[in-house]
Amino acid sequence: MTFQELEEIRSKAKKALAVRLGGEPTDEYKYHVLVCGGTGCHSSGCQDVADALEKAVEAAGLKNTVKLIQTGCMGACQLGPVVMVYPGAYHYCNVKPEDVTDIVNDHLKNDKFVERLCYRTPDGELQPTIKEMDFFKKQHKIALRNCGIIDPVSLEEYIGMDGYAALAKVLKEMSPQEVIEEVKKSGLRGRGGAGFPTGLKWQFMADQKADQKYVICNGDEGDPGAFMDNAVLTGDPYSVIEAMTICGYATGATKGYAYIRLEYPLAIKNFRKALEVCREKGLLGNNIMGTDFSFDIEIREGAGAFVCGEETALMASTEGKRGEPRPRPPFPAQSGLFGKPSNINNVETWANICPIILKGADWYASIGVGKSKGTKVFALAGKVVNTGLVEVPMGISLREVVEEIGGGIASGKKFKAAQTGGPSGGCIPADHFDTSLDYETLASLGSIVGSGGLIITDEDTCMVDLAKFYLGFTQDESCGKCTPCRIGTKRMLEILNRISRGLGREGDIELLEELAYMIKQSALCGLGQTAPNPVLSTLKYFREEYEAHIKEKTCPAGVCKIRGAKKATS
Amino acid sequence: MGAQCNCQNESNKKVEDLLAKHRGNPNSLIVVLAGIQQELGYLPKDLLIRVAEELNVPLTDVYGVATFYAAFTLRPRGRHSINLCLGTACYVKGAPEVQEAIEKELKIKAGETTEDRRFTFDVVRCLGACSIAPVMTVDGEVHPRMTPERVPEVLAKYE
Repeated sequence: MTFQELEEIRSKAKKALAVRLGGEPTDEYKYHVLVCGGTGCHSSGCQDVADALEKAVEAAGLKNTVKLIQTGCMGACQLGPVVMVYPGAYHYCNVKPEDVTDIVNDHLKNDKFVERLCYRTPDGELQPTIKEMDFFKKQHKIALRNCGIIDPVSLEEYIGMDGYAALAKVLKEMSPQEVIEEVKKSGLRGRGGAGFPTGLKWQFMADQKADQKYVICNGDEGDPGAFMDNAVLTGDPYSVIEAMTICGYATGATKGYAYIRLEYPLAIKNFRKALEVCREKGLLGNNIMGTDFSFDIEIREGAGAFVCGEETALMASTEGKRGEPRPRPPFPAQSGLFGKPSNINNVETWANICPIILKGADWYASIGVGKSKGTKVFALAGKVVNTGLVEVPMGISLREVVEEIGGGIASGKKFKAAQTGGPSGGCIPADHFDTSLDYETLASLGSIVGSGGLIITDEDTCMVDLAKFYLGFTQDESCGKCTPCRIGTKRMLEILNRISRGLGREGDIELLEELAYMIKQSALCGLGQTAPNPVLSTLKYFREEYEAHIKEKTCPAGVCKIRGAKKATS
Repeated sequence: MGAQCNCQNESNKKVEDLLAKHRGNPNSLIVVLAGIQQELGYLPKDLLIRVAEELNVPLTDVYGVATFYAAFTLRPRGRHSINLCLGTACYVKGAPEVQEAIEKELKIKAGETTEDRRFTFDVVRCLGACSIAPVMTVDGEVHPRMTPERVPEVLAKYE
């Protein structure tokens, strides 16, 4: 594909997509009907809905005027299976196969939307389109810009959404160093958890001289409660491929690896398909777009090990070895995969690259607060009304996310705490409900942005039990290489287990703290070093709950099964 | 499963092809093991020895990798694979009670296979479908919003 061919495809595809971007239909199709095929909707049976729609549309003789598309995750997973009808962006929720008759007869034939399938707030207010739905109002989609709007494996549709414009710009107009400067200036930081400045990472690798360098995509999204990488890999694989290619150009690498966890079969399938298409069209391989730049990407499937999300472990696993981390330095930029300089970024980080190149670093840096630029995708789950994927500007308040986007606590009970950052993170209690969600503020509260898991708990959640859950997870997933993590977390878990059974002893809390600090200081990798965080953070804000379990042998939330204890009334 | 079909031979051929393709390449160890696991449902001992020879990897390293990753099993699995998600969202929404119900129903613990080899029951950490928690999959088919009461009815579907 040459630059000119790319622009020709784009102008044609743009016309077809106009209706999905708020315009009127400009191609032969009067309606575009999108069925969400994200993991959530897939699980709730979207395939049956898609099949039923196809049949109904054909039976009604509308095949030539209605375009049916299966997209990636649209975000509102709680409401799945979701069907959207353009023009107008009507958002139909919990659609069952038998509902498609109404969609076809009322909406596609008579232009009357089906009210009973539209979203209603808990107060009963009707919000038929995504412009009206509270869930979408405060969102700002950059990383998820194409998810749920395009057919994930259609290169034409991706190009129609300005896909490959960034790579073309880079190859035509920018030197490798200029690309790196742009990424640096944007303030983009790693979205996988650590928050390291992305541009700086690229610079480290570019500065290395070597016969072979590697670009790696970390798609081993293992934090329980986070699924944004899954959404991007499944719903917009080209955006990651294009970004990795740009990084290859900027840093002098010719080979890329995409490490995707085994638990995401849909992501692997779509990503693989996208790679094939790119190779066929000359967007990967030798002499990309007719230039002398060559780059290709290979998929590596994970085999089920949480620790492989750590960069040195991931590289060991890519080499076919046990996924155990190793001490740094040397950093991957100096000696990474196969001993060669390597740059590894998280999926969501990759998804931000193309917009930064296209719209400029200043635009990106104008979003967000302080040292946290741009947007962050949070996987909102737990006890809120609307769960799903939300992309919001950094610095939005927790309250806005929970109450306005999430629709408040589902049970009508009181918000207790938000758990951020998964097993490496901590919790934010109710008295910090107005806190700003950004790297620095969360760190100052003893939690982290992490990979973006955001679990909302209410009064019925026991914080000791939650800490025990996370520690049980890390203990299970500890690779066993270093002693503090392997044995330290085990001892901590034993203590938590006895506390939650009402067998806690005087001094257990202090012992937990001592162990926690020791592990933080001495564990080999980031996973071990952060493993005690859920305990420390719940101790910081909910110490009295621990004390109730130990001294009064009761679980205030009524979760832990303490023999002989009176269950607290809820 | 029948001895009459030639699926056994087909599987063997696929495994042979896989070994031939990656012969002498230690970096392909995980790829090869994943292929065998997918074909046969587990990693038989004699094949692990073959893999070591063909890929030129010490057997101890093959064993090390085979026991490190959750996707690999050294013992044959049941006809149906149950995965119950114990990720955070599922956990706070009651997955532990569902686990209890499954263990009671099948009379096995997580990680075990029933005596009649009908089910293998595993718990996993986060299937990435947190919005429809608690989630359970049987042979990849997803059962959202599980409750202890629904366990017998769902499992009855799999013979």
